Amino acid sequence: MIKIDRYKREISAAVAFAVLLVVVGIVAPSFFNGGNLRDLIINNAPTLLVALGMTLVILVGQIDISVGSQFAVCSIAAGFLAKTGMPLPLFFICVLLTGAAMGALNGALIGWLRLPSIIVTLAMLVMWRDALRWVTEGAWVQNLPANFQWFGLGQGTGELLIVAITAVLFLGFAWSMRNMVIGRKVYAVGSDPEAARLAGINSPNVVFSVFVIMGALVGIAALLNAIRFSAIPGNSGIGLELKAIAAVVVGGTAITGGRGRLVGTFIGLALLGTIGTALTFVGINPFWEKAIQGAIILAALVSDVALGRLEKNGKFNLAGSNAA
Amino acid sequence: MAKNALLSAINISKSYAGVHALRSATFELSSGEVHALVGENGAGKSTLIKIITGAVLQDGGEIMLNGEAVLENSPALSKSRGIAAIYQQPALFPELTVAENIALGQERAGTLGVVDWKERRRIARELLDRVGARIDTEATAAELSMPQQQLVEIARALGSNARILIFDEPTASLSEEDTQNLFRVIRELRAQGVGMIYISHRLEELPAIADRVTVLRDGLTIETREMADVTSEQLIRLMVGRDLSAVFPKRAVELGDSIFELRNFGSRSAGIRNINLSVRAGEIVGVAGLIGAGRTELAKTIFGLEAPDEGEILLRGKPIKIGHPSEAIEYGIAYLPEDRRKHGVVLDFSISANITLASLKKLSGFVGMNFGKEREIAAEYTRRLGVKTPAIYNAVSTLSGGNQQKVALSRWLMTQPSVLILDEPTQGIDVGAKAEIHELMVELAGQGVAILMISSELPEIIGMSDRIAVMHSGTIVKIFDRADATQDGILAVALGH
Repeated sequence: MIKIDRYKREISAAVAFAVLLVVVGIVAPSFFNGGNLRDLIINNAPTLLVALGMTLVILVGQIDISVGSQFAVCSIAAGFLAKTGMPLPLFFICVLLTGAAMGALNGALIGWLRLPSIIVTLAMLVMWRDALRWVTEGAWVQNLPANFQWFGLGQGTGELLIVAITAVLFLGFAWSMRNMVIGRKVYAVGSDPEAARLAGINSPNVVFSVFVIMGALVGIAALLNAIRFSAIPGNSGIGLELKAIAAVVVGGTAITGGRGRLVGTFIGLALLGTIGTALTFVGINPFWEKAIQGAIILAALVSDVALGRLEKNGKFNLAGSNAA
Repeated sequence: MAKNALLSAINISKSYAGVHALRSATFELSSGEVHALVGENGAGKSTLIKIITGAVLQDGGEIMLNGEAVLENSPALSKSRGIAAIYQQPALFPELTVAENIALGQERAGTLGVVDWKERRRIARELLDRVGARIDTEATAAELSMPQQQLVEIARALGSNARILIFDEPTASLSEEDTQNLFRVIRELRAQGVGMIYISHRLEELPAIADRVTVLRDGLTIETREMADVTSEQLIRLMVGRDLSAVFPKRAVELGDSIFELRNFGSRSAGIRNINLSVRAGEIVGVAGLIGAGRTELAKTIFGLEAPDEGEILLRGKPIKIGHPSEAIEYGIAYLPEDRRKHGVVLDFSISANITLASLKKLSGFVGMNFGKEREIAAEYTRRLGVKTPAIYNAVSTLSGGNQQKVALSRWLMTQPSVLILDEPTQGIDVGAKAEIHELMVELAGQGVAILMISSELPEIIGMSDRIAVMHSGTIVKIFDRADATQDGILAVALGH
C-alpha cells in the first residue's frame, strides 16, 4: 500500500501538473496533438537527465550550478570527437568521460577539499564557458559526419533511442537510489554528514561519486541533445542549471539535502517544461513563462517549509520518508 | 533568607524529556559576595545558570532579584536586569575591535544611527581601566590572548551595568599569573558591590576567592557553607554523596586475554597524551573524569575521528592503524557517540535504516540491497533491545530518548564488535531504559566483548566497571580496581588532587 502522506510533496506537484493539463485541455485542446507532445518529450529528455543528476547532488547536500557550462563543453567535445570518425560506442564513452572528468574536478574540490559547492561550481560555470569561447571563438561545429545526426538512424528511430536511453537511465537511478547501498549512503550523508561519518560512511567519497555521476549524466544529456541537429552551437546549455534545480525543488526534494525522490523531479520537470508551450497554446504571451516558473518554485519552497513545520509539530510525520 | 540578597533561586526544578536536571536547587547571592557553586558533571550547575540567565525557563521554583520575583525571563531581560555570564571560552566577535565588542548591545545609537567612535573608545578605555587591563581598544578580539579576551568580556559586562557576574570555569585554561590577575579583578569588583557566582572544579583555589560555597548534587542543593569553614575533602564528600544503593546488574565474568590495548597513545589535535590502557575480553573498563579531561577525545581518536600522533593501538596484540571510522568498524571496534541527538542516529531515517547504517555491506545482495534481511535484522534487534515502537519503518525522530539510544546501540551490535566504546550511554534517558542498557552491557561482556564505558555518573562507573581509568587534563592519571573504587577517591583524582 502506498502511504499517501509519505508522498505528499510529490503529490502537490502532480496535482499542479494535472490542473495545468486540464486547463490547457479545455482552453486549447490542440495542445494534445501527437507532434507537440513528441516535441515536448524530446526537448525535455536531456534536461531530465541533468535534473536526475542534480537530484543526487542536492540530496547529498550540495549544489552544482556549473552543469550548463559542462553541457556546452560536452556538446562541443561530441562534435570534435565525432569528426575523428571513431566507432560509435567509443564515441559515446568519450563524451560521457568528458562530463565525468569535469564532475570529478568538482567532486574533488567539494568532497575532498571541502570547499563550498556553490562557489566552486560558480567558478566552473564561468571558467568552462569562457574556456569554450576561447577554443571555439564562438563558431559552431559544422560539417559533422553523416552518421552523427540521429546516430545515422533517421529521425524516428533516433528520437525513440533518445527516449529509451533517458528512460532506462532514469528508471535505473530511481531503482538504485532505493535499492542500492550507495543510495542509502547518499541520503545518510545529505541528512546528517557527521552522523554518517560516525557510522563509518566515507562522506567525502560519496560526495565525490555523486559529482562524477552528475558530470557523466551531463555528458550523455549533451550528446542526446546534440544528435538532434546537423551542427553544434558553442553556447548551448545556458540556464540549464536553473531548469534542473527548479525541477528538483518543485519535485519536493529538500534543498538542504537528505530528503526527496526522483519521481518528484520527474513531475517537477514535467510541470516546468510544459508551461512555456502550454502558455503559447492558451494564447498568453510566452514572456510570462519565466515569471510563472519563478512563482511555482517559490510556491514549492513555501509549501515545503509549511509541510516541514506541520511534521515537526508532531501531528503526523513522514514515517521513514527517506530510505526504507 | 538574608535581607540583602541580590539574587535568590528558591526550589528551582527543571526536567528535560522526563529526566530531572534540577530537582530542587536553592541558591542565594548577596551583593559584594563571591559565591562558589560546585558539583559533579551533571549535578545541575549549568542548568541553574541557564535558568538564572534566562536561556531556559524553570518548571518550578522562583527566582528573586532584589527581593522581587522574576516573573518573565529571557537572555535579553536578564541582561537588562544586570546579569552577565562569562564562560570558559570567551564569546567575543573575533573580527571586531575591543571597543566594538564592548559597545555591542549597550550603546545607544546617535542621530541616524551614526557611531560616535571617540565616545565608544573612551567608554571602552574606562571600562578596561576598571578591570585593570592594559589592552589596546583598537585591537581586534582575535589578536588578544585568552586571558585578555576574558577581561574584555568582564569589561563589557560592567559596561552594561552588570551587578551579578557569573563565572563558569574561568580559570580552567589560565596560567597561575593570569589566574591571580583575574582574582585581583574579582576582588575589586566585590569591593564595588558586584555579586559573583563562581563555578569551578578547582576546589583548591576556592578558599582564595570565594566567601561562601554551595554544593549541588543530582539537581539538589546539598549545603551552603562559609568557605572558611570547609575543606576540599569535605567538599568532595558532599559532591559525591550519591546513593550507591541503585542496583547494577554487574556479574563477574571470566576475563579473557587482552583484546585491546593503547600504548603511549596520544593526539595533539585532540588534546590527549601518553595513554596506556588495556581491556580484556569480557571486561568493562570505566573511564571517569571531568568534562574537558579528554575522555570523548580519546574515544574519537581511537575510532579514527581524530588523528593520533603518538603511540599505538594493539588489537589482540597486533598494532593497527585506523584512519577512518570505516576502518575501525572493519577491525571490530564500535563507538556509540555521546549525545545521540547530535549525530548518534540519523533522525530522519527509519529505525531499520539506522540500525543497518554501519553494516550496509552485510545487506548487499545479488541485485541491490536485501530488504527482507534488513527487516529481519532490524526486527531482531528492536526485539532484543526492547525498542518500543509500533513499526520498524517509523522515523527514529518519533522515538523517546531511551529508545533512540537503543537504536543507536543496535547499530553497533549489528557490526558484531569485539571492542565496544560507549560514551555516556545512559545520559539523559529514563530509568527503565537505563537499566536495560546496563543489562545488555553485562550480557555483551559475558559474550567476551571488551567494553570501554565513558560516564560522568560515578555510581554507574563504580557499579558497572571491573576497572576504572580516571582521566585528568588529557591523560589517564590513575586506574582503580573495582574493589578499591570509591566516589570520593575517583573524584579527587579527576579533580587533579
